[in-house]
Amino acid sequence: MARYIFKRLIGMMIVIFIVLTIAFIIVRLAPGDPAALMLGPDASAEDAAALRQQLGLDRPIMVQYLSFVGNALQGNLGESLFFNQPVTQVLAGRAEPTIFLSLFSLLIALVIATPIGIYAAYRRGSFLDQAAITTAMLAASIPSFWTGLMLQRYLATDLGWFPVSGYGGPDTGFLERMRYLLLPSIVLGIVNSALILRFTRASMLDILGEDYIRTARSKGMGERRVVLRHALKNAAIPIITVVGLTFALLVSGAVVTERVFNIPGMGNLVVSAVLRRDYPVIQGALIVVASLYVLINLLTDLLYLVVDKRVKY
Amino acid sequence: MTGPVLDVSNLQVTFRARGRSVTALRDVSFTLHPGKTLALVGESGSGKSVSSLAIMGLLPKNGAVAGGEIRYRRPDGKVSDLTTLPEREMRKLRGSSIAMIFQEPMSLLNPLFTIGDQIGEMLLLHDPLDAQARRKRVLEMLELVEIPAAASRLDNYPHELSGGMRQRVMIALALVCNPTLLIADEPTTALDVTIQAQILDLMRRLQKEMGMSILFITHDMGVVAEVADDVAVMYAGAIVEQAAVDTLFARPSHPYTRGLLGSIPMPGRPEGERLVPIPGTVPPLHAMPPGCAFAPRCKRADHACEHPVTLSELGQGHRIACFHPVSQEVEHV
Ligand SMILES: Nc1ncnc2c1ncn2[C@@H]1O[C@H](COP(=O)(O)OP(=O)(O)OP(=O)(O)O)[C@@H](O)[C@H]1O
Ligand SMILES: [Mg+2]
Repeated sequence: MARYIFKRLIGMMIVIFIVLTIAFIIVRLAPGDPAALMLGPDASAEDAAALRQQLGLDRPIMVQYLSFVGNALQGNLGESLFFNQPVTQVLAGRAEPTIFLSLFSLLIALVIATPIGIYAAYRRGSFLDQAAITTAMLAASIPSFWTGLMLQRYLATDLGWFPVSGYGGPDTGFLERMRYLLLPSIVLGIVNSALILRFTRASMLDILGEDYIRTARSKGMGERRVVLRHALKNAAIPIITVVGLTFALLVSGAVVTERVFNIPGMGNLVVSAVLRRDYPVIQGALIVVASLYVLINLLTDLLYLVVDKRVKY
Repeated sequence: MTGPVLDVSNLQVTFRARGRSVTALRDVSFTLHPGKTLALVGESGSGKSVSSLAIMGLLPKNGAVAGGEIRYRRPDGKVSDLTTLPEREMRKLRGSSIAMIFQEPMSLLNPLFTIGDQIGEMLLLHDPLDAQARRKRVLEMLELVEIPAAASRLDNYPHELSGGMRQRVMIALALVCNPTLLIADEPTTALDVTIQAQILDLMRRLQKEMGMSILFITHDMGVVAEVADDVAVMYAGAIVEQAAVDTLFARPSHPYTRGLLGSIPMPGRPEGERLVPIPGTVPPLHAMPPGCAFAPRCKRADHACEHPVTLSELGQGHRIACFHPVSQEVEHV
């Protein structure tokens, strides 16, 4: 187990190293002078030269690469061109809403999807099963911006149950800030519940046909115990996988929802950074999100170990 | 002398499949006496497993008992018809006084719970013991079924045990609440011959010690000869012959039973004698002939066999459903 984790950590480091390299290359791959590119067409030659020096672009490429990787490993991802702040600070400032938005969405998705998925599998072919599958398909196929706009319009603007958009001002308290995340979380929760529901149902269906489920019934226990104790634990691994993936996607991909609800999260930040050609921020976001993916992956694999003693690494 | 532990009469089971209703059990009647082993034999698809699931009240969702009775004598002497017993009542019997062992030792146990947990759960469901007493009782059971180093096995997961060991665990699980009726659906079919012999020995010994009655399902006549007191022969969802094991082997009267006995190697059969498999196949459930279901494959069939046939008594509990029973003794046996 310890050996396995050690091996995985080494693997993680390799992946992050590759990501760093890619992030480094991307900026250099852009045609023309990166400094001029970053500054835009209106910049003067002196400005470009100054920026080149600031970014170290006048040094040999290997030196640049080594210092970039060295800095990144020490947590220094450079300075944002737009904010004139360290990238890490810019990212950290935007991390809170994104992380909580992802967590709440995942929670809502789980609360909706797992009970319905389990029930649909148990009553396979029933009206409720069919209704659940159809609704899930619908929920997954409607673009999240549309769901977002509709809910925003009816639940926030018309009914006033939720704040319409934003994330409060500088002196808004934590709980108040979280209130701003409720409606967007519901939107993302609904969208993401579709996939989790389908996985839960499929996985439960598989397991409910197993011989040991019949054994469990032959012991004289009630159906609830059969399903929730004997079947669900076995169905958990595929569910954990999809939940982990969903979380990773949420963190990196809540862009549209953050836009619709005007939440100053990472998604919004990256979009603006792209528009502003703020390369250090783009680089930094790429590195952070990739690292998060790898980390979530590791955590999911470790969870398998906890659930299923047959899993050997 | 008390009456039978289990008395199944004219049991019918139907399945709904793709909008159609098919009858899997047409007419199943057999009797199991206390402390005895009744072997239920028949070719694949004849309805042996369906019969056992009907008794347990565990038919698949698309199946249902359509007629007949399953009279079970409870440990307290009261006789109940299991086909009409409410699920709540059935649940109390299931596992505690009627237990079942299934065929597939590799997949019967839940892979995510320890052996101790799974056997202990049976006690948890039926027998109010504290955790420590429960663990002790489970350990006793593992020792009883001759699992080596039983104490160290309690916390093992099923994948850490061999097939034979798992089937022993399954037996321990089935017997932990002292059932009076054990249904064993091909408990040794998936095991190799040596292990099979060990498991059969074990079951025989436990039956003697614990005094339960066993409904032993198999399609292996060799196993029947070893374990059974009585035999019920099943064909296409109906019992065609029931008799004491000696009678059945000495005077098999139904042409199908003869065929079954002829198609397997028997001790005492002279070397070189050809084994004759029964020609033809079992008719599909949706195309059963109106009369005797075996008639299309039977050399003795004539017009009479187009009429429905029911079990009738030949004497001494030997019952047969046939218009043209074979009467001569079998040689070599
Ligand atoms: N859920 C079901 N739906 C429809 N038909 C079924 C179902 N379960 C069993 N049957 C049918 O019932 C018949 C009897 O099956 P059963 O499993 O009892 O045979 P068996 O005698 O146990 O055979 P084997 O020796 O192969 O175990 C078969 O024709 C089978 O197709
Ligand atoms: Mg069977």
